[in-house]
Amino acid sequence: MRYPQIHSGRGKVRLASFNDPSCEAGKENYMSAALSAQEISRALTRISHEILEKNGGSSNLTLLGIPTRGAHLASRIATIINSIDLCDVPVGTLDITLHRDDLRMRPPRALMPTLIPQAGIDGRDVILIDDVLFSGRTIRAALDALGEIGRPKSVQLAILVDRGHRELPIRADFVGKNIPTARTQNVKVNLSETDGGDEVLVSEGESK
Amino acid sequence: MRHLLSISDLSKDEAVLILDTAIEMARASDGPMKKLPTLRGRTIVNLFAEDSTRTRISFEAAAKRLSADVINFGAKGSSLSKGESLKDTALTLQAMGADAVIIRHGASGAPVRLADSAWMSGSVINAGDGTHEHPSQALLDAFTIRKHCTKGGGDLAGLRIGIVGDVLHSRVARSNVLLLALLGAHVTLIAPPTLLPFGVESWPVDISYDFDSVLPTLDAVMMLRVQQERMSDLFFPNAREYSRYFGLNRDRMLMMKQNSIVMHPGPMNRGLEITADVADSARSVIVEQVSNGVSVRMAILYLLLAGAPSEIGANT
Repeated sequence: MRYPQIHSGRGKVRLASFNDPSCEAGKENYMSAALSAQEISRALTRISHEILEKNGGSSNLTLLGIPTRGAHLASRIATIINSIDLCDVPVGTLDITLHRDDLRMRPPRALMPTLIPQAGIDGRDVILIDDVLFSGRTIRAALDALGEIGRPKSVQLAILVDRGHRELPIRADFVGKNIPTARTQNVKVNLSETDGGDEVLVSEGESK
Repeated sequence: MRHLLSISDLSKDEAVLILDTAIEMARASDGPMKKLPTLRGRTIVNLFAEDSTRTRISFEAAAKRLSADVINFGAKGSSLSKGESLKDTALTLQAMGADAVIIRHGASGAPVRLADSAWMSGSVINAGDGTHEHPSQALLDAFTIRKHCTKGGGDLAGLRIGIVGDVLHSRVARSNVLLLALLGAHVTLIAPPTLLPFGVESWPVDISYDFDSVLPTLDAVMMLRVQQERMSDLFFPNAREYSRYFGLNRDRMLMMKQNSIVMHPGPMNRGLEITADVADSARSVIVEQVSNGVSVRMAILYLLLAGAPSEIGANT
């Protein structure tokens, strides 16, 4: 499905997406595409260059994606970095479910794999990668989880969409796009690995 | 899922979820991240009115790796030995604020009684009740079988599993029959007729009295302990005859399929249902069952206790 592309801001292009059978939630009446596939691809390429620039190359990098979609983004960024720098940057996944602070408020979630590269993370420059930065609580949990695994030289955060509304003093080092949202809106990142296509959608809806 | 009382409370999806969660728990325990903060501040009581080594220690290790506080409570050295009733014990635990009680009891149905009553509000986990069920053991057995005999995910469809020996007194066998059938495996019970329970014809299993004819077809063979402490009658003429017909020895092990495994829930009667050389052989996964037990029990505790009370499972 294709949505008219809009630029950041609160002006929403209204689409009657409830008629679209591929739209999973009929109650989310208004959806707008905040990033197209091409824009996602450009953003990931730019983030890859920025990571290399800031760290002076790829030799000490370790990429860790937060499942599900952060893990896909991490392997994409790894591919781009490998092609730019002609290297083989270690990439892994970090499931933070067991470290969440809101476990008691929801039904238990299924766990996703945590795969730390063989070399470990001690002394490495770890790039955490996730799809959306919202309250910052996921990243807090990820920092806790990292502390259990080892002592990185530094931890940096790359994010595809920063939607604001932080509840903790956390910021991203590399941002694909800032999308100002209302708390009640939902931001959905679709990636071809899991969702059949690349796009970022903003929908009106009840906040989770 | 609020209580884990019987395998019959689980759907296939829930059973597979527990096994999948256990894989991640095993990975977490293997790595440097041994201690997880997930159940910090929760109190879990191990109420063991019957003796146990593996199950109690395994639940304790699982709870501690998830940072829960564990209170151990055995029959000996507590007021249970003075004749305190289950109700008064439960009320005491409730007053102390137990979030979950892991109970082993000699009376079949004691965990269900505890869960159905209004005596306490926490989760109840059945760690073996009389000759009824032992669900966490069945889950760890299924986890072990899945790890060795499948590609590592999903259910156990198409596998052939033999459960051999004292089925009559075995809660492990009851839970395993229910769970393995739920996961799509084909189960054969192999035992003398005197050690098969009344009504076994209605179970989803085949029954055989001839170990040697079934053994070469099996992917996993689960030996059961001959429970002499529960035997008030004479169920077989003598130990030598039992082990000749239903014991697993070196000669029988050579008949087994390639890559098939030998399991035993423990404790073993070496020389009766299984010989020492088989128990210590490369086919034997008996020690691995114990370490898998910790991961599976971590998964059970996580799914029962970590989230908000959910709508699925036995919310009795």
